[in-house]
Amino acid sequence: MTIIEVENLSFTYGAEAALKNISFTVNAGDFTGILGPNGSGKTTLIKLLLGLLKTNCGNIKLFGKDLKDFKDWYKIGYLEQKSTPPKLMPLTAFDVARLGRLSTKKMPHIFNEQDNTLTSEIMRLTNCLEYKDKLFSELSGGQQQRVLLARALINKPQLLILDEPSTALDSSSKDNIFEMVSQINKETNTAVLVITHDIADIGKYVNKFIILDKKLIFSGNKEDFCRSQEITAYFGPYTPHLMDHLHSCRSCPFADGHCEEGCCKEEHCGHH
Amino acid sequence: MDIIEFLSYAFVQKALIAGALIAVITAVLGVFLVLKRLSLIGDSLSHVALSGIALGLITNTNPVFMAIPVVMLSSLGIYKISKSAKVHSDGALGIIAAAGIALGLIIATLAGGFNVDLLSFLFGSILTVNLSEIILAAVLLLIIFILIYFFYNDLIAITFDENFAQTAGVNTERINIILVLISAAAVVIALKVVGIMLVSAMIIIPPSAALQLAKTFKRALLLASGFSVAGVIIGIYGAFVFNIPSGAMIISADILILVITVLLKNYALKKR
Repeated sequence: MTIIEVENLSFTYGAEAALKNISFTVNAGDFTGILGPNGSGKTTLIKLLLGLLKTNCGNIKLFGKDLKDFKDWYKIGYLEQKSTPPKLMPLTAFDVARLGRLSTKKMPHIFNEQDNTLTSEIMRLTNCLEYKDKLFSELSGGQQQRVLLARALINKPQLLILDEPSTALDSSSKDNIFEMVSQINKETNTAVLVITHDIADIGKYVNKFIILDKKLIFSGNKEDFCRSQEITAYFGPYTPHLMDHLHSCRSCPFADGHCEEGCCKEEHCGHH
Repeated sequence: MDIIEFLSYAFVQKALIAGALIAVITAVLGVFLVLKRLSLIGDSLSHVALSGIALGLITNTNPVFMAIPVVMLSSLGIYKISKSAKVHSDGALGIIAAAGIALGLIIATLAGGFNVDLLSFLFGSILTVNLSEIILAAVLLLIIFILIYFFYNDLIAITFDENFAQTAGVNTERINIILVLISAAAVVIALKVVGIMLVSAMIIIPPSAALQLAKTFKRALLLASGFSVAGVIIGIYGAFVFNIPSGAMIISADILILVITVLLKNYALKKR
């Protein structure tokens, strides 16, 4: 099942092009890493996909529907790059996580006991139930991130979009979160789209890559990524270092210089 | 003068009813506006109200009823200008305020200068409030209660994080427009209580005091309303006893309440 279809998407901020002629698809079960340097258009792309920015040119379809006609927002869980709620916002962690249920509500948008139960369950799963009664604004950055992840996961979304989810987290929390998302991806076939600067964070979890630098450098699965001439040309001498972070390339321990025959890094590492 | 005698006057009773209604209106709206960092919208719109009131006085119509559409249109102008991405929201507030006061001064001068009626709107004269203005305040409060009943969680989501609210299917544009239009009407009605110079204080101070102590959104709304009504009662009584303008007394009482809540919060933080 195709979850996202993007065709010839372009976007400009004033006169400056942020994205040029991007096309790709995301299917159910894909765990896609979106990578690119600062200012490469990663967050702009996500904002366009979610309708937070209006497209200048091109088409976006979510779950087979044009974005402008798409109403089933409960199918999507979204974790923003940086959430800066008002300092004095009188909402507990529980209240914030429960807001995720809003997309499932008909008028009037009032929460019920089932919403409370689901909120407790998802907070337990994301290890943030212990501080559910604390004010959200008084939590640490990592704790806030877990609550926001709970909010994104509460409706068991078919598409999960995570924009730099690990920025406020220490390395063990990062691994916990990516392990959990990976498990959800495998067990429920949820499509996952993760933006990151650092391939080391997600290398072992993803099965597809989108590499952006205002234009699309690469879009495809992990095996094609390992063998891609576009990737070699784009990353140049850094390519072997990049490949070191990909789990599927671990059969070729580049550091030892002993590449095995058929190894996916063969074309990049220069040891053959 | 004792309280019983004070309450026995018909004009005092009318002033207290109108003041309490307007206190709840500005407090409830103020909680959302303060958290959305839009609290200065009251200041800006009150300046615009000067044009509407001057227009009402020059055309011999009820100045409040003339000012409401003028200020509502201006509030839409602020919203559209701040959304255009060419001007920041504080800039939009400043532009509209300056335009409003300039136009108001021109109209007032053409009408033969400032008269007693215009001055009463500048500094407030709650003791001269009439029945139609009380009914108007009651209708506006009813509209606000209906809006909050149907869109309570949408309003919270928008206040917490507008991007998230949009991806939860909330029509953020519609709710923001309703919020600024109601704020515009509230500002005009509140002019009778505290005057153009101090109306924004009624929107900012009681909600700011409530947000020092509230742990939930509902409690913030209730506390803000309670503080605001208390400020109006103390202010009207003080104004009557000491023969001081009611607006100045009400805002002084509000500030006293704010100082007390800040001290209480600091005390609670030290005790932790």
